[in-house]
Amino acid sequence: MHELSVVFSVIKDCVEVAKENNAPHINTVTIQLGKVSGVIPSYLKDCWKWAVSRKGDKTDDIIRGAELIVEPIEAITFCENCKQTYDTIKYAKVCPHCGSDNTYLYQGNEFLIKEIQVDDEMPTEFSDQIDEDTPSPVMG
Amino acid sequence: MARVIELHKSVTESNDRDAEALRNELKERGVLLINLMSSPGSGKTTLLSRTISDINDELPIAVLEADIESDVDAVKIEALGAKSIQVHTDGMCHMDAGMTREGLFGMDLSGTKIAFLENVGNLICPAEFDTGAHKNVMILSVPEGDDKPLKYPLMFSMCDALIITKMDTKDFFTFDLDTCISHVKKLNPDIFIFPVSAKTGDGMKEWEEYLKKEVF
Repeated sequence: MHELSVVFSVIKDCVEVAKENNAPHINTVTIQLGKVSGVIPSYLKDCWKWAVSRKGDKTDDIIRGAELIVEPIEAITFCENCKQTYDTIKYAKVCPHCGSDNTYLYQGNEFLIKEIQVDDEMPTEFSDQIDEDTPSPVMG
Repeated sequence: MARVIELHKSVTESNDRDAEALRNELKERGVLLINLMSSPGSGKTTLLSRTISDINDELPIAVLEADIESDVDAVKIEALGAKSIQVHTDGMCHMDAGMTREGLFGMDLSGTKIAFLENVGNLICPAEFDTGAHKNVMILSVPEGDDKPLKYPLMFSMCDALIITKMDTKDFFTFDLDTCISHVKKLNPDIFIFPVSAKTGDGMKEWEEYLKKEVF
């Protein structure tokens, strides 16, 4: 569906967080994707590969070549009528236990950035600067 | 050495924040932003043209066009005396808050009371992204059928109002207004529904009264 635009948004968020943490490079990005989020993992990975390897300034070097790891989240629906849960993908809106349509999605439409794994070594010119700028714990 | 930084952040979170900021800023300026969504060919431009002719003198209107094909619509809108600007979505299937902001502030909004965002003609993707609009309004035209709410439930459940256009053609199609309304109300009990014909003007008054009530 809109895989490419979400890829750009994930990249932007990850680059921001990596810079805040003074990480020189992102190795992997792990996302959690609900099975009824409407986002297709294989399309997402294709878009990702393209987006992190664009020429020149189009891709920030901090995320260049980073790997995308997708953790699926099962889709589960809760029935208000009989208070049981069931597999959303198999049965959709109507509860297979009691036939009620008074149901809601309990989980499965998530699209979360879980974590990024980054290189921890700081280039020397940056680490010098951080030492000077970081206030001492006593002053802070 | 490598380390892990945990984010646990929703992908739409940044957009949601931008959208909220835009919504507040526009309110302070006294501009009501309406996000108009529909399938292609549902009569958005005809509806807007009629709305502009009817109320632009009283409530000056600006239109942000997100269709990428041509500037035909923009020319029509401007001929009626409203401001308009065309934005390019760069192939994206929806408008997000950042693109909406850029487009809106590319226009001179002084004196504007209502800004319409003519979103990309698509009933799926635009439903999932907050544009910063104060009201989300959907257009469904009679030829599309009264069962459309069953096919695109998210769009119908997140809108504040639904305009059913081309009501003057209903005798030529198997479109039952009551069936349509009952499908919609099941998904969204609080939604306002306005059956109109922008061609004959029938029902336009109720839609325009709704706008007048919502302006800041």
